[in-house]
Amino acid sequence: MNEKISARKVFGETLAEYGAINKDVVVLVADVSTSVQTDYFAGKFPERFFNVGIAEAGMVDIAVGLALGGMIPFANTFAGLFLRAIEQIRTCVSHAKTNVKLIGGYAGLSDFKDGATHHSIMDIATLRSMPGISIVIPADPTEIKKMIPLVAEYPGPVYMRISRAEMPVIFDDTHKIEIGKGITVCEGDDVSIIATGSMVARSIQARDILLKEGIRVKIINMHTIKPLDVHIIKEAAQTGAIVTVEEHSITGGLGSAVAEVLGETFPTVIKRIGINDTFAETGPSYEELLDHYGMAVEDIVRACKEVLERKERIIK
Amino acid sequence: MDYPEELIKKLVQIARDLRISAIEMIYRRGQGHPGGALSSAEIISTLFFHYLKIDPKNPDWEERDRFILSKGHACAVLYPALAKLGFFPEEDLLKWGNIGHHLQAHPDRLKTPGIDMNTGFLGHGICVGAGLCLAGRLKGKDYRTYVLVGDGECQAGIIWEGAMISAKYKLSSLCVIVDYNDVQLDGFVHDIMPIEPFVDKWKAFNWAVLEIDGHNIREILNALDKAKEIHDKPTVIIAHTVKGKGVSFMENRSAWHGKAPDEKEYLQAMEELKRDE
Repeated sequence: MNEKISARKVFGETLAEYGAINKDVVVLVADVSTSVQTDYFAGKFPERFFNVGIAEAGMVDIAVGLALGGMIPFANTFAGLFLRAIEQIRTCVSHAKTNVKLIGGYAGLSDFKDGATHHSIMDIATLRSMPGISIVIPADPTEIKKMIPLVAEYPGPVYMRISRAEMPVIFDDTHKIEIGKGITVCEGDDVSIIATGSMVARSIQARDILLKEGIRVKIINMHTIKPLDVHIIKEAAQTGAIVTVEEHSITGGLGSAVAEVLGETFPTVIKRIGINDTFAETGPSYEELLDHYGMAVEDIVRACKEVLERKERIIK
Repeated sequence: MDYPEELIKKLVQIARDLRISAIEMIYRRGQGHPGGALSSAEIISTLFFHYLKIDPKNPDWEERDRFILSKGHACAVLYPALAKLGFFPEEDLLKWGNIGHHLQAHPDRLKTPGIDMNTGFLGHGICVGAGLCLAGRLKGKDYRTYVLVGDGECQAGIIWEGAMISAKYKLSSLCVIVDYNDVQLDGFVHDIMPIEPFVDKWKAFNWAVLEIDGHNIREILNALDKAKEIHDKPTVIIAHTVKGKGVSFMENRSAWHGKAPDEKEYLQAMEELKRDE
């Protein structure tokens, strides 16, 4: 897990490669093609690339029209900027069930240097409430690569979150991924961590530390937030203690989704790790910002110990 | 083109029938938007009963012209047109808004045959239409896309995003018709938020602009023909209309943007509409 690769570069290159195979794919972007690296696609398929300028709402509706006309549009902007097009997404993508793929780049705090306006910590919460929109968050560069054809061929709208950061490679090319099915990264029977996106790698680091102290951790890579893999959550709850970890507000994101499932079906001790109902500030580096806002490896370790202790208190 | 008088008469008659159906539907349901439905009747009649390449037996025909009622609240004039053409039975019209029925308060493409796009909240039509034109170009189709927008709707910023984008990509298969009745929910458009100089705005956005009387069938037909002859830019037809057209007490009154007539008003409206030849 040492090698780090730029998530957006992998995304941009893979999308361009896939564009050669699937001629129905068109790419839209709102003046950030060199940032989210759809410029690879633009270079190869200029006739299927539309830069609409700083017009995110318009971009979503044009993508809707392209989808109605039988194309598979990938509409790209910063994850936070999709909030500007929320009514378009609600009415024309979710309600009208159009086959639009929304790609939110610079997700979470990964645009650390640009501050709160450029962070995206409420995109999952907002989109999760929209009927029919699937939400996927690749955990590493391998998953980004494997996810692009799946997203394109998935029947219906999908929101995919892509980091701006260099992401550690967790999985090799034999990795199997399916939209809607969580992945058990490792088994353990003391505590379960359910993590998404960039937080899967940090959870693996936390697991290694806990193992040295004799605490065995199960890790679930929840790369799909919607449709949510309820089965794997109930399985994880067999450990009796759950920690959710996400680079997003703990209000409405993965942690909320897991808590909703557990609360209604399998009440379990739970602790949510993420951004705690606040805006983050500008940071000197991505890692330091994550650490500062409660998503450090040590925070995950501490949360695991906390839920373990609460679980044991209940058992006694 | 020189259109025969019989065609004009037929389309005038259909516009009258659509108005009658619209008022009937709104009265029976006790809800709806009469003003903007009545102002669009000739535009809908001309498009659906002469101009659009559509097939009621095959609503999803890939080669069909697309139509987006961006001012979705005017659907009381569109639904009767679709029923009359055979997209669905005419008796459905009186079930409008019932739970479980396909006719929604605003158009829904997944429920109602003949509806190309969900609308209701204003502003979406031009951008969605532009996307359809781009898809048609990429797929080598020769369909055209018609979008009917309201004048008040043109206060929305996204209309002008769509205007810029459509001009950039020279979407000559896009024809936008503005139902310019100068009345919106809260009052006159020229008071609430003036849109003039309207022709100049579209010209500045690099569109071909045509200005017509939106109740004159011959002018509508000629403008649609002219739009087809423009090959390097999208066209907007600014159709001057009267909100509530055909019902004296509804005409030019914002109060009739979104309310249903009571029984007395309904009877008077019907009498006036049926009296028109």
